[in-house]
Amino acid sequence: MNNENLYNYILSIADNSLILAQRLGELCGHGPTLETDIAGTNISLDLIGQTRSYYQYAAKIQGEGKTEDDIAFLRLERDYKNVLLVEQPNTHFGYVMGRQYLFDVFHLMLMNELLKSKDDTLAAIAKKGIKEVSYHKRFSGDWVKRLGDGTEESNQKMQEAIDDLWTYTDELFDLTEADKAMIAEGVGVDTSKFKEQYYTEVSDLLKEANLEVPERKYFTRGGKKGTHSEYMGYILSDLQYMQRTYPNMEW
Amino acid sequence: MSKNWPLWEIFVRSKNGLEHRHFGSLHAADAEMALANARDVYTRRMEGVSIWVVESKHITASNPENNGELFEPAQDKIYRHPTFYELPDDVKHM
Repeated sequence: MNNENLYNYILSIADNSLILAQRLGELCGHGPTLETDIAGTNISLDLIGQTRSYYQYAAKIQGEGKTEDDIAFLRLERDYKNVLLVEQPNTHFGYVMGRQYLFDVFHLMLMNELLKSKDDTLAAIAKKGIKEVSYHKRFSGDWVKRLGDGTEESNQKMQEAIDDLWTYTDELFDLTEADKAMIAEGVGVDTSKFKEQYYTEVSDLLKEANLEVPERKYFTRGGKKGTHSEYMGYILSDLQYMQRTYPNMEW
Repeated sequence: MSKNWPLWEIFVRSKNGLEHRHFGSLHAADAEMALANARDVYTRRMEGVSIWVVESKHITASNPENNGELFEPAQDKIYRHPTFYELPDDVKHM
């Protein structure tokens, strides 16, 4: 491959969007209300759109004549580079919005930095995605505030979700070898630069939402290196079913 | 809980220069959520450039039982239509 680090770097960004989109897609037709159902599916489709652009580019970099679909559907679990946060289940609506918000804040900061990448394609994808991601963050942050500052029960459930999901936030800022190589070339984003800003922004919103900011000394990580949680196999069996069962099928 | 959310009427302007039109209604806890929901339900296929939301209870509607006295007297008064004027071609949306 011409540029393996770039290929892996693109996947590490794109896989987050793909797996989160798949999680949101599971809720299509099952949202708590018609309006939130459509909103969740819209966010999912935004993410899939971004994923397509990344995978098309990755397929080109790979130079083996593969397509975006091969990359999305025909990899093994260990080859997916998404963080553990995005594969966490839709336990209840508080988890869905909590997971979304914790990711969206990171995602928007990443996109804003990616805009300055020396790689024109990545900068262009970021430019297109920023408006979408800004809306995602507004939507999920709004729901975290509503639920946190709502009834006693909604506050308790939102707190439970944040407490459980917090352990996956630190991994967002882990740097792999591919990340470091791409940062050195001015292509990748040095996420450590906005880690503090991330926790400040999230903590401010949690306080506004009448929620406690979790205090944690250890964090769970592994997805970026391909070591996923037990949920990942189930996600992929759904995601890959059609291509595995009917190879090369098309809509 | 959703059963308790009030109903909102959604008005969308499809492009600048045109008026807002009634697109439908949806449920939301408050005006801000109604706007967000309207954005996702009614404008995801580029239908609009501006959204108004009004809580349905603030709309006073005419009673269909009164249709006779309200609307029928206008039926035979065609001279109230401005069809006897010539409009310049440049005037649009009349």
